[in-house]
Amino acid sequence: MKVRFFELAVGVFVLLGIGALFYLAVQVSNVTDYHDRDTYTVSGYFDNIGGLKTRAPVTVSGVRIGRVADIRYDPERFRAEVTLAIRSEHDYLPMDTQAAIHTAGLLGEQYIALEPGGDYDTLQEGDELMFTQSALVLENLIGRFMTNMGSD
Amino acid sequence: MTDSIAALGRTTINALTVFGRAFIFLIRMLASLDIVFRRFGLTLVQVYSVGVRSLLIIVVSGLFVGMVLAYQGYITLVNFGAAEALGGVVALSLVRELGPVVTALLFAGRAGSALTAELGLMKTTEQLSAMEMMAVNPYRRIFAPRFVAGFLSMPLLAAIFSAVGVMGGYLVGVGLLGVDSGAYFSQMQSVTDWNEDVLSGVIKSIVFGFVVTWIAVFQGFNAQPTSEGISRATTQTVVVSSLAVLGLDFILTGLMFGAG
Repeated sequence: MKVRFFELAVGVFVLLGIGALFYLAVQVSNVTDYHDRDTYTVSGYFDNIGGLKTRAPVTVSGVRIGRVADIRYDPERFRAEVTLAIRSEHDYLPMDTQAAIHTAGLLGEQYIALEPGGDYDTLQEGDELMFTQSALVLENLIGRFMTNMGSD
Repeated sequence: MTDSIAALGRTTINALTVFGRAFIFLIRMLASLDIVFRRFGLTLVQVYSVGVRSLLIIVVSGLFVGMVLAYQGYITLVNFGAAEALGGVVALSLVRELGPVVTALLFAGRAGSALTAELGLMKTTEQLSAMEMMAVNPYRRIFAPRFVAGFLSMPLLAAIFSAVGVMGGYLVGVGLLGVDSGAYFSQMQSVTDWNEDVLSGVIKSIVFGFVVTWIAVFQGFNAQPTSEGISRATTQTVVVSSLAVLGLDFILTGLMFGAG
C-alpha cells in the first residue's frame, strides 16, 4: 500500500513537470509556430537591412505569412541577401512583388512587408525578388533633413 | 609568521583534499548508477522525498515571483508606453534565469539540506558502516538513488516554477493591471524561442540539479560524525551549492546568450 502511494505521488509529480514543459512549449514559446511546416524560400537583395534579424516576420498587408530564414552579405553584389521562408499555402505572390523593411512602432522590431505586384507568374522556390526597399536609417534621414535645411 | 604560512598551507591542502574526495565520490556514485535500473523502487521513494515534497514551496514561490515580475515590469514598461511587452518580459526572465536559478536555490534549501542531514545522521549512527559490514554497498543502496532523484527532479521543478510564474504574471498583468490578454501571450510567443530560451533554461536546471545534489550527498557523506558536524555539513550544503549555482549560472548564461 505504501509503495503504491509513492508511485502515485511521483507519477503525479512527473506528469506535472512534463505538463509544465508542454505549457512552456505551446503557450509561452509557441513551438508549433516556429517550425513552419511547409515553406518555400525566396531571396531578396537589400542595400541596407537596418536592424533586421533572422526569424523576423514576413507579412502581406500586415498578415504574417512567413519568417526571415537567413541573412548574409553577398560579396559580389555588395548587398545584403535576405532569404525569406514563406508558407507553402501562400503560393499566389506575383513575380514582381515588392519587399520593404518596416519597423513595428517607433522602437519595435523590424519586419519585411511584401506588396504584391501585377504579374501573372507567381514566385517559386529559389526565386529572387526584383524590387526591394531598404530599411529607413534614422541617421540618413536626419542627414538629408539637415542638408535640405541648409539649402533653403 | 611561519605559523600563519603553515596555517595557510594546511587550509589549502585540506580544501584540495575535500575537492578530490568529492570527485572520487562522484565517480564512485556514477559507477554504481546501474542500481537505478535494477531497483527503481529505491529511486522512486527518493524522487518522492526530494521532488514531490518540494512542490509546494516551488509552486508558491513561482506564483509570487511571477506576480512581482509583472508588477515591476509593468511599472517600468508603462513609462515607455510599452506595457503590451509585459508578457515577453515576464516569460523571458522566468524561463531563462529565475526559473532555473531560484528553483535551484530553493531546492538546495529544501531538499539539499534534508539530504545532507539524513546522510550525516546515517553516518553518525554508523548505519553506513553497518551496511558495509553486511556487504551492502552504500554507494548503490544509499547514494546513487538519492543523486539520480535530485538530478531528475530539478528540471521538472524548474519547469513547474516557470509555468506557474507565467500564470502568476498573467493574474497580475492582465487581471489587476489591465494589460490586454491577447497581447500578453502573443508578445510572449513572439520573443520566447523554444530552442534558445526554453531549452537553455532546461539545460541550466539539469546542470544545477546535478551540482546541488552532488554537493548535498557528498556533504552528508563527508560530515563529521557528531551533532555539530551534521549541522555544519547542512549549512555547508546550502552555502556551497547556492554559490555554485550562482557562479555556474554566470558561466552558462555567458556561453548560451553571450555570443548571440
